Amino acid sequence: MNPLNPPVLEVRNLSVAYGKVEALTRANLRVGEGQIVTVIGPNGAGKSTMLSAIIGLLRSHGQVCFDGRVAVSPEVERMVDGGMSLVPEKRELFGEMSVEDNLLLGAFHRYRSGERNYREPMAQVFALFPRLQERRRQRAATLSGGERQMLAIGRALMGKPRLLMLDEPSLGLAPLITREIFRIVADLRSTGVSILLVEQNARAALAVADYAYVLETGSVVMEGPAARLRHDPRVLDTYLGLGGKHQDMLAS
Amino acid sequence: MDLQIALLIGQDGVTSGAIYALLALALVLVFAVTRAIYIPQGEYVAYGALTLATLQSGALPATLWLLMGAGLAVTVIDGVAAIRKRDGRAWGATLGWNVAYPAVLVLTLSALSPAQLPMALQILLTLAIVVPIGPMIYRLAYQPVAEASVLVLLIVSVAVHVVLVGLGLLFFGAEGSRTAPLWDASFAVGWMTVSGQQICVLAASAALIVGLYLFFEKTLYGKALRATAINRNGARLMGFSPVFAGRLTFLLAAFIGTLSGVLIAPVTTVYYDTGFLIGLKGFVAAIVGGLASYPLAAAGALIVGLLESFASFWASAYKEAIVFTLIIPVLMWRSLHSHGIDEEA
Repeated sequence: MNPLNPPVLEVRNLSVAYGKVEALTRANLRVGEGQIVTVIGPNGAGKSTMLSAIIGLLRSHGQVCFDGRVAVSPEVERMVDGGMSLVPEKRELFGEMSVEDNLLLGAFHRYRSGERNYREPMAQVFALFPRLQERRRQRAATLSGGERQMLAIGRALMGKPRLLMLDEPSLGLAPLITREIFRIVADLRSTGVSILLVEQNARAALAVADYAYVLETGSVVMEGPAARLRHDPRVLDTYLGLGGKHQDMLAS
Repeated sequence: MDLQIALLIGQDGVTSGAIYALLALALVLVFAVTRAIYIPQGEYVAYGALTLATLQSGALPATLWLLMGAGLAVTVIDGVAAIRKRDGRAWGATLGWNVAYPAVLVLTLSALSPAQLPMALQILLTLAIVVPIGPMIYRLAYQPVAEASVLVLLIVSVAVHVVLVGLGLLFFGAEGSRTAPLWDASFAVGWMTVSGQQICVLAASAALIVGLYLFFEKTLYGKALRATAINRNGARLMGFSPVFAGRLTFLLAAFIGTLSGVLIAPVTTVYYDTGFLIGLKGFVAAIVGGLASYPLAAAGALIVGLLESFASFWASAYKEAIVFTLIIPVLMWRSLHSHGIDEEA
């Protein structure tokens, strides 16, 4: 079990079933304050399912402890209000709206609770992603794949989350852009936000993370500090492959 | 037909077109946010007009009892859920909106004699009675099946429509009513005579359309509603719950419908079932906009209004048929120009 700090998020015995098929079985996971934690594993292992269940998009069994509250099958709105933010695999942007409006809506839950200042977080997002500032009047649907991912992350950051969950941020992106996204993820650590990162690109994920879990067919089969897992022979064989010098370079 | 008659008919068509435009906008809004084809939209028109007429006759409108009944039903459902979750604030809000508010309204109305009140106040009371029924209907009929297919939602709409029309007959009887004119004046503009009533209708429609535009373009809640229409899951992840979006949408739709009823009540005799036909014409207009485009729907409404008034001059027996036939060429044209739906937003 991930030992560090007081945990921001603690998941106990989380199970999700699609009908009779169990997609996630009694998973346990912790994310500490300011940590980057990654969940790696092959396609279909239940990684995205896990994130959806944690934020409440899917019904689940087991406990999700976040923001000092213990929830069973949590409600999305509550989790978002508590400071959890999910950047889903499909990005789920508002395509027909401008980049700026997409970002504004990221601050919606803070606006509703009376915190109307959006300029400062927007300036921070633009500092992180200058490309978005150039395109702020453009419709989100007209952005390139990498820019969409930047917008999705920027939108999530507008809500000033305590826990940012990223679902396959590198999916479908060119290697150079993947590298940039991971650089930014590593940079976010300095802002104090905790990150739960789900990735198929295990090499890149293990390079930025502090702690890692390996998920296979719905169960956590291995866990440990990311630095150790990077050199664990089982992980090396299964997920990192041999002779991945090129990948290593891109992930650095 | 000379020019003068054409102008007169055109004037009439534009006025009814303005009403259809309001209803079309409400239908597009409801469909975009909740995917429901909102057949009961017209019922708010009838309820609004007849509630105002009842107030003017000095009686308590029976829509009040519907408000109380629906409120109680919502309280039972939401209240039980709130108690189970030990959510005191939600319980208080439910009780306040669904029990206390209707009760206060009944008491206020019994204390006042509504027939003597100024017209503006009567209209406000009408809105206060009928509009909150919208979100209650959402809670009772649509929220439990919010994730169902468009077809299921359509069936629910038909059911709600039948129930509301039936209740309308029970509440108001089979007799139609008219209300006092909103503004009893007329002006000569060139060859035309423009009545105060027409000015009221056009001004109110224009103001409402501008208001809706500003709401959707400039306010964060308006943007959040648009975002829900574009991507429900995305909006949910921003903390904007689809339940809240649904209630807000139904509130707006009920407001638009009730106001339309108030606007037409002085010039048309409104019966308990008049709303359906008016709503259906709004629907034809909304179809012109593909149930998606607000400006096209408004333009479609003007066409429907003009077509209707010219049709009633030339072939009054067929005027409804002519208006509804418009849907066929529109659908053909749309099917030629539609390229399917872009899945990834």
